[in-house]
Amino acid sequence: MQVEEFLERSADVYPDKVALVCGSRRLTYGEIEIAANQLARALIARGVERWDRVVIYASNSVETVFAIFAVLKARGIFVLVNPTTKQDKLAYILNNCGAAALITTGSLIRTAAASAAAAPYLRAAIVANPIGHLDISEIPGKEVVSLGAAVEGQSAERVRQKNIDIDLAALIYTSGSTGQAKGVMLTHYNIVSAATSITTYLENAPDDVILNVLPLSFDYGLYQLLMAFKIGGTLVLEQSFTYRRTILNTLAHEHVTGFPMVPTIASILLQMDLASYSFPDLRYITNTAAALPVTHIRKLREAFPNVKIFSMYGLTECKRVSYLPPDQLDIRPESVGRGMPNEEVYVVDELGNRVGPDIVGELVIRGANVMKGYWGLPEETAKVLRPGPFPDEKVLYSGDLFRTDDEGYLYFIGRKDDMIKTRGEKVSPREVENVLYSHPKVGEAAVIGIPDEVLGNAICAFVSPKPGEVVSEMELRGFCAEHLEDFMVPQMVQLRPTLPKSANGKIAKRELRIEVEVPEEVA
Amino acid sequence: MQRTHAELRRFITNNFLYGRDCGFRDDESFLEMGIIDSTGLLELINFLEKRYRIRVEDADLIPENLDSIDQLCRFVERKVENHCPTMASSILETQAI
Repeated sequence: MQVEEFLERSADVYPDKVALVCGSRRLTYGEIEIAANQLARALIARGVERWDRVVIYASNSVETVFAIFAVLKARGIFVLVNPTTKQDKLAYILNNCGAAALITTGSLIRTAAASAAAAPYLRAAIVANPIGHLDISEIPGKEVVSLGAAVEGQSAERVRQKNIDIDLAALIYTSGSTGQAKGVMLTHYNIVSAATSITTYLENAPDDVILNVLPLSFDYGLYQLLMAFKIGGTLVLEQSFTYRRTILNTLAHEHVTGFPMVPTIASILLQMDLASYSFPDLRYITNTAAALPVTHIRKLREAFPNVKIFSMYGLTECKRVSYLPPDQLDIRPESVGRGMPNEEVYVVDELGNRVGPDIVGELVIRGANVMKGYWGLPEETAKVLRPGPFPDEKVLYSGDLFRTDDEGYLYFIGRKDDMIKTRGEKVSPREVENVLYSHPKVGEAAVIGIPDEVLGNAICAFVSPKPGEVVSEMELRGFCAEHLEDFMVPQMVQLRPTLPKSANGKIAKRELRIEVEVPEEVA
Repeated sequence: MQRTHAELRRFITNNFLYGRDCGFRDDESFLEMGIIDSTGLLELINFLEKRYRIRVEDADLIPENLDSIDQLCRFVERKVENHCPTMASSILETQAI
């Protein structure tokens, strides 16, 4: 099965059913199918061939949904990029994956055009919702066209030629420990397998209505769309969780049955007086990205007494690793559960041998959901995809330290590297440090994550200016905001004359961590 | 009124645009500009409650109240008037700390 068939099969069975609610728009499966077919043909007409990468740089919108399925129907590989991504990184991604085409929106055209101009492989750009008669023809050497003009006159028929399920369907860029983003290669088979396992344990059915407030560029958000369409359900797509009261009203009005969240959302939600609300249709809440604090779990259960709460854990490299069956939540609230259906997970020691209960080791994942590797990075791939039990089989080394209890339930201990989890997303300190080092007044920089009730971890940068230079916290945060996605911008920048060093001359992050985590009056 | 406008603009600029006023209009949507997210909104509410001595209720957390400088300004003035009519002008005219 191919991922675009999630849409196609539902369009065949439920052509008139509302598939997508986004702002004031309500679209049926039939309407989305037609729009995606036309856009697929428009892409092919602009030279997109089988296996070509097409970058979709847009916020959550109906056009983004059309674009995802259109790229797949055109037998391409879709690459969703967070809309807060800045020019340099977008250009890096366009070049790294050798994108043939770019689909974006009018509000992002400046950044998109500047990045596209520096991407020699890129041939065409399609702009949804252009603002007035914009400068879309301004990208030198590229064909630029509005979405409306691109699909005009295109047939609504499905494209006949199909991929097979070992073809790549998507690249999802994730922050790498080296500081450069890495494109996680996912085949149709990977995605179909993960979506099948997840919808199985969530017991999704066609009458499910799933609310998504997470960016589609984040795999957890993307899968809400894919799973809703796979089961023939309805997706309510929001831009964000910013206006929580509006979101809760939507939750009630749209009779939402499934509400995926990350700890930051749970934390903000629990600051509200939820007693005045009633959500009789809500069947389940899911949480992933980081474990929910036990106090949050308790409060969520009080606020949503008849709702199943799924504590989960995952990695972009395999989508989901584990989930805790809701009936286990009171028994072992700190666990993130066990492997999904059709997936095996286990803990190994330094030599790769499986270890028993209560011994901390690295978590390894076996399953059809495990990625094919990082695009164009064979060495990085070899570090995480290592030989499995059968010839040529590769299993995924997660880089996460875990232990299990006597019954095999998993408990997260920490990362092997210093990656920061903030707002549910993974941030490489190196990526932030690289930006800080590119500032002309910065001498040294070190970035760490410090625990934060709302964010999970806040990003904290320590900077010592070059001799004789003066720089302010705000100037540096502003500089970071110009170059990094919003979730990567440090919440704090602390300026120091010098940074502490270890014996081998490296910046001693451990000392910095102790410094910020110990309250001043105690220190 | 003008003071509140200027104060709110300064807060938004300093906290969400890192001091760089990009010349956005007073009626431009923060959401559409992409400058305030869910955690940013918490910072904004915290500021409003402290600075204007108001209580922002759950029911107030809708874009119609908070999504532009103009909307914020109207919201703050309404809140201050309702909360403490006799003190309203002094609260709004006091210099922000």
